[in-house]
Amino acid sequence: MDIKIRAVHKHYGSFHALRGIDLDIESGELLALLGPSGSGKTTLLRAIAGLEPLDAGQVLFGDIDATSLTVQDRKVGFVFQQYALFKHMTVFDNVAFGLTVRPKHERPSTSEIAKRVGDLLELVQLGGLEKRYPAQLSGGQKQRVALARALAIEPRVLLLDEPFGALDAKVRKDLRRWLRKLHRETGYTTIFVTHDQEEALELADRVVVMSRGRIEQVGSTDQVYDYPQTPFVFDFLGSPNVLPAVVRDGHVYLDGATAPLDSYSGPLLGPVDLYARPDDFRVVHSDPAGLAGTVVETQRTGVLIRLTITLAAGGHGIEIEIPNPDPEMQVWGAGDTISVRPAHFSVFAVGTPANGTASQAPAATTPGLGTSHTVVESRSRGR
Amino acid sequence: MSQIENTAPADPAPIPFEPLKQTNSVVTEATWVRWLLIAIGVAFLSLFLMLPLLSVFVEALRKGFGPFFDAFSDSDTIAAIKLTLLAAAIAVPLNLVFGLCAAWAITKFEFRGKQLLITLIDLPFSVSPVVAGLIYVLIFGAQGWAQPWFGDHVGKVLFAVPGIVLATIFVTFPFIARELIPLMQEQGTEDEQAALSLGATGWQTFTRVTLPNIKWGLLYGVLLCNARAMGEFGAVSVVSGHIRGLTNTMPLHIEILYNEYEFVAAFAVASLLAMLAMVTLAAKSFLEWRYADQLAASRRH
Repeated sequence: MDIKIRAVHKHYGSFHALRGIDLDIESGELLALLGPSGSGKTTLLRAIAGLEPLDAGQVLFGDIDATSLTVQDRKVGFVFQQYALFKHMTVFDNVAFGLTVRPKHERPSTSEIAKRVGDLLELVQLGGLEKRYPAQLSGGQKQRVALARALAIEPRVLLLDEPFGALDAKVRKDLRRWLRKLHRETGYTTIFVTHDQEEALELADRVVVMSRGRIEQVGSTDQVYDYPQTPFVFDFLGSPNVLPAVVRDGHVYLDGATAPLDSYSGPLLGPVDLYARPDDFRVVHSDPAGLAGTVVETQRTGVLIRLTITLAAGGHGIEIEIPNPDPEMQVWGAGDTISVRPAHFSVFAVGTPANGTASQAPAATTPGLGTSHTVVESRSRGR
Repeated sequence: MSQIENTAPADPAPIPFEPLKQTNSVVTEATWVRWLLIAIGVAFLSLFLMLPLLSVFVEALRKGFGPFFDAFSDSDTIAAIKLTLLAAAIAVPLNLVFGLCAAWAITKFEFRGKQLLITLIDLPFSVSPVVAGLIYVLIFGAQGWAQPWFGDHVGKVLFAVPGIVLATIFVTFPFIARELIPLMQEQGTEDEQAALSLGATGWQTFTRVTLPNIKWGLLYGVLLCNARAMGEFGAVSVVSGHIRGLTNTMPLHIEILYNEYEFVAAFAVASLLAMLAMVTLAAKSFLEWRYADQLAASRRH
């Protein structure tokens, strides 16, 4: 079922939790609501479920206006962060709950319920655990019981609040892969909330990045990662280096560089902030568009080495990540001089707050102000 | 006691040679400290709880079982027992409903004056029971503002059974609510929201999710409330009027018997009251033991 959200507002006292959310969710898609705590992502999810009354706006399920429907009538499958399993009921009774509470004329027969629950437990790979109590299950198992319970009512949409928040890293990875597979098999429209960018990118078809009650950017995982529209999105998806740069004569120049980095056709002029992730940098030799600096520290992180570099011009510190070079190549050590150049970057107006803490005014970044560039080599971010 | 004397002086010497005798020494006191603390606890309990309780039974049986059981054949005593049970049988269910409603309102909703309501629930704990009784005298007494209408339409309240029930309800009101509020606060509303999102009605959510979650707290509250309802003296004393065979509850009847130097009868009734309290506690312990696993499961996350 497709879902449309129209101009939704929500206040908690004087706190404006949702500031006019418009969002179209396609039928059968797997959508991530991504943002830091306090960004309104959970509030939005609860608003879709009908757990939070709205101050203004509409929620449409297909052609049905669900705004005034009660939680019960919305028929959404909601999986809570702490699972909210009924502790005094067995796994079977938990999953069967949504069916057994139906009014008599709609309720399936006992044998039908048993079959349905059995099928669902097979689906979530918990066959044989029907008689266990939630306290006897591991975190990952509880998660899957909660999912089976939500699926039992054949929901219009599946809503998951921080589905993997309470699990350890290994289980989380397995469950992510499994959920992706489950989504492919069942085809339910699924929305999940997360503050973990890796989780959002790995699991979702599309990502909605939220900040302070607003949507910062909606797009496919590739779009939001490769072409962040605002400094906030750039900052949230990775830890970018911010460098001073300048736009003149239709070109972007890094401060201290003598040659242009790339041509530029956007609306900005004069000083700009240049955002580039650590892995966007390339080591170059005598490139007038690049930046010279001194290596301060090297650190190996698996297949990459991270270099901390102090730039000669301006004394900025940046962090770059490059593939671990093979032994025959030059290995950098502290004190070595190095020259680097961003292969992929975005420019934004100077001082646009990345997280909104710098100024009280809402992060009014005009969409389209930032432009994304890939230069030097054309590469797609293989993920 | 003798064990303390045996172990305490013996220990200090070997310690330098066997320093690893206690594995979790960070949280374990020296042996003599442990025994001393246990001894203090036992001595205090014996002196202030067990001894008085025992003396009640000893006094009641001083002249043997014959006079002990004779005390219960007295019609006034039987009336007092019946009245006590009646008052508890009315007050406890009413407080069960009130307490549930109050705890529900406080823990599941946000509203103005919530703190005031919590304070008000504690009022019967902080107000002297005599004052509680006097409240009803002022309302339903001969000069009370409600008496003219009540006397004409409903019947006698003060110095009658309704007054006793009212006073009992007032005094025992906080027990169930106080037991439930922290429990329900800790549990939050997520289980209920889950039930509602699965299509359950409000009533189904209450009976199938909320009630099972709080049943232990509710049971403790009811047991405590019942014990207090049967034992209440002060407030009931003020509104009862002490009419033998009519408005005397067990505690009041015990006082009258004692004042009339009928010590065996007084202690016999007192022992019955004490027994009721002990049965209550035993029932609680039994349930805790019998359903230990369930209890543990519901307290665990």
